[in-house]
Amino acid sequence: MISGRCAACKYLRRRCPSDCIFSSYFPSSNPQRFACVHRIHGACNVAKMLQQLPAAHLRAEAANSLYYEAQCRTQDPVYGCVGIISSLHQQIHSVESQLAKTKAEIAVLESLALEPAQIQENGVEASFYNFSPEQDKAAGHFNHSTNISYHFM
Amino acid sequence: MASSSSYNSPCAACKFLRRKCMPGCIFAPYFPPEEPQKFANVHKIFGASNVTKLLNELLPHQREDAVNSLAYEAEARVRDPVYGCVGAISFLQRQVHRLQKELEAANADLIRYACNEVPTSLPAPPGASSIQSMVPRQRPVEYNRRMGNEGGYYQVPGMPMPYNLPWNDNPSGDTNGGGGGNM
Repeated sequence: MISGRCAACKYLRRRCPSDCIFSSYFPSSNPQRFACVHRIHGACNVAKMLQQLPAAHLRAEAANSLYYEAQCRTQDPVYGCVGIISSLHQQIHSVESQLAKTKAEIAVLESLALEPAQIQENGVEASFYNFSPEQDKAAGHFNHSTNISYHFM
Repeated sequence: MASSSSYNSPCAACKFLRRKCMPGCIFAPYFPPEEPQKFANVHKIFGASNVTKLLNELLPHQREDAVNSLAYEAEARVRDPVYGCVGAISFLQRQVHRLQKELEAANADLIRYACNEVPTSLPAPPGASSIQSMVPRQRPVEYNRRMGNEGGYYQVPGMPMPYNLPWNDNPSGDTNGGGGGNM
């Protein structure tokens, strides 16, 4: 029946038998789907690949993935799907690098958050803010030295 | 790659096809006789005439990469007749998605630390409140701009939505014959 032909049989200009291997996966409503797959894989190869699968749902998945691969190859005739795989690997590498960097930053902030507590326990911070007159003089002498060093700079 | 046809040794393609390997054979540079399986796979999945057409449409310097990618896809399809290398794409997409979620969580932790890093015993520096209010907005925007997408899956410009296999976490995969993935 000519009116009931699937997209594959229409494309191949042949009668569509009742047990046509293509009809379930290449409906006449989407002629571009079969055209794309046919251009890359060829009708015979697609038929063989579908026939070797035992179950209808596996054939459906295979038809879908073949169509996806054919589209990738049509858009990128040099690399096809392999280009996408390569890009995904690069993306994974990039995100892993950012993740490692972020975790390192977190580790630094964690260690900084601990430091003030440790300083307070040792009493170093308290002495730092409480100068004795002798220390002030030493600080002044030090500043004088510093001024000399700046003068030379 | 040396042309095997120049040494009277047919290339793997001509051996497989049982024909004379002529000088200028389009397959000879890319299918050496030492790798018979490479052409066997490519022929099984794509067919010799389709490969010839594909190679003829490319510039000579592009053909080696094209053959290698075809060989990769063919081998993947031989190993996995249902999904071929699309299975690998789906797996990698999920991996990217998982890592992006992990990065988002780590960025959120970093923002929390950044907001809390000024100890309560010391006075906050001038403008700290304005900085702290900016920080939660900055990193997610910067991250999305860097990544170039807003979802979890890789999207090829002009290509259909990322391929979703039925055993993905996202149940939007289409398993009937009318379309593939989210197409």
